[in-house]
Amino acid sequence: MALISAKQITKTYRVGEVDIQALRGVSFEIEPASFVSFIGPSGSGKTTLLNLIGCLDKPTEGTLTVADTDVAALDRRASAEFRGKNIGFIFQDFNLLPVLTVYENIEYPLLMVQKVAPVERQKRVTALLAAVGMADQRDKKPDQISGGQKQRVAVARALVTNPKLVLADEPTANLDHDTAYMVLNLMKKMRDEFNTTFIFSTHDPKIVGEAETIFTLEDGKLNEDKGKGGNGHGKSL
Amino acid sequence: MGNLFKIAIRNLLRYKRRTLLTASLITVGVVFVLAFVSISGSFKNMMIGQITDSMLGHLQVHRKGFVASIETLPLNLNLKNGAIDRLEKILDAQPEIEAYSPRVKFGGMFSNFTETSSIRLTAIVPEREFKTVPLLPGRVTEGSKDLKPGGILIPELLARGMKVKPGDAAVIVATNADGSVNGKQFIVTGVMESATGPGGRDGYIHLDDARELLRMEGRQVSEYAVRLKDFGKLAAFGEKLDGLLARESNQQGKPIFELHIWEKLSPFFNIARMIDVMTFFIRLMLIAIVLISIMNVMIMAVYERIREIGTIAAIGTLPGKILNMFVIEGFCMGVVGALIGDLVGIALVYILNALELTYNFGQQQGLILQAGVSPADVLMISATVIVVSVIASLQPAFKASRMEPIQALRHT
Repeated sequence: MALISAKQITKTYRVGEVDIQALRGVSFEIEPASFVSFIGPSGSGKTTLLNLIGCLDKPTEGTLTVADTDVAALDRRASAEFRGKNIGFIFQDFNLLPVLTVYENIEYPLLMVQKVAPVERQKRVTALLAAVGMADQRDKKPDQISGGQKQRVAVARALVTNPKLVLADEPTANLDHDTAYMVLNLMKKMRDEFNTTFIFSTHDPKIVGEAETIFTLEDGKLNEDKGKGGNGHGKSL
Repeated sequence: MGNLFKIAIRNLLRYKRRTLLTASLITVGVVFVLAFVSISGSFKNMMIGQITDSMLGHLQVHRKGFVASIETLPLNLNLKNGAIDRLEKILDAQPEIEAYSPRVKFGGMFSNFTETSSIRLTAIVPEREFKTVPLLPGRVTEGSKDLKPGGILIPELLARGMKVKPGDAAVIVATNADGSVNGKQFIVTGVMESATGPGGRDGYIHLDDARELLRMEGRQVSEYAVRLKDFGKLAAFGEKLDGLLARESNQQGKPIFELHIWEKLSPFFNIARMIDVMTFFIRLMLIAIVLISIMNVMIMAVYERIREIGTIAAIGTLPGKILNMFVIEGFCMGVVGALIGDLVGIALVYILNALELTYNFGQQQGLILQAGVSPADVLMISATVIVVSVIASLQPAFKASRMEPIQALRHT
């Protein structure tokens, strides 16, 4: 059963007096534990699509089901709860909270979103710190670590709630070549370990090369290619 | 909740200078209000103390209708034998009463044998009067404070104007209840200052002399001055006693007595009220300072952290928690400002008292300022600051909690 199912999704923004159609009847399915990339030029609708999948926005038309939930029907609070339970986010600019340490940033979703018990919290955060190779940096603030380290922390934060799905918007855009590969490998490792689906929106050929399924967006319409992984855990409809 | 406080405090410390400035502003406001409350409260308490403890008593009981005609000091509205017994029985039964004193008030003419002037006289039983208004002897500036039958305490105004001094003889001429005139010679025992400023024409004689001068038959009393053990319970006791007195009626079924607490008998109550009004407006200023400064800081905090708000909203933080996060920041700033303000304000009160500053009130010269601030005042001011801080944070916090994560994340 598909983790994500999109049928004839359209998204129209109104800018001033003009309607701009960011997505035009997009349909696709993504299976659990996929490594999927949405690519396309700027303005093609990648980020819009990620926002819809991430319950940060609602489609104008069509149905979008994520983890058996019609996300378009969720209200503001229910959306937040759904995101907290099912979705992890990795941002291009890392978006770590500057007042929290590395450890606390990773712990934040368990503490403030899911209310996980202290012992379990510590266990999960410590395990992920080790998994992303940041155990020795746990007490540093984000401004004391490098961009690559920040993104590793962001990956750990996205995974700490054991989400079904991680959405990453241009996750390697601000990283150098080696660091980008390291973060990509880390995400693949995490996918293998936790069975989490990773969906990227990217221009980065490194990510495109590593993705198992690639959806190409052009002018709000979708095409599908098999990626490097080749097992096709997603398909356009 | 503890984690929300941790994040809020760290965010406040992130902008140290701004937080310090805002907390300082609140501190200055709290110190200013505490200083004003303590000084004005000290002045007000002293004033009320002077009025009640040297002249009026905490409350007074009269025959119904006496106070309405008090300008003429009507002798025909005095309480008489039966009413006096009934009233004293009620007063004796009240454990809240420390002392009470019967008085006869009347007007007369004061003569030093060469000049004559009007005088208002209060006839008292000195031992009981001094227990009821203990500051009265302190108003005697010349001569003896002890008032015996045949003696008279005269006001400074008459003593100066008519060149009368302690030991001199003088005559009081007064009209009694029947309208006939009688006179009696007195020895000036002492000269006393007025409790309410220059121009007072009030003198004191012994109650026995008043009976003789006014040819009273049986016992008569114009008013009972009452002193309570606890002035703070005046309002409650006044209501209680009023209820008890209301049950006492004459043969026509009309009430015999009327009760007035000092506020209804002295124009100085209006000054006390003015002080209260000024204090109220000073508190309003504090509220305005806190409201504007906290709101300003919180609006800036929300604006500067829009992307952070978008991030935490995206990863599932509920709107209510985001709202709490910012409200707690305002709360913490209010608490810090109030606490430091309380400490500095209390220290300032101690310093003011240590300096022994003096001031004048009425005829009283060189009164030492005894600034004092009650724990209730400190708590009330602190609570006001903290509540206003929370209220001031609500709008920015609400705005933060209602932000759309997408738009917040796009913010640069």
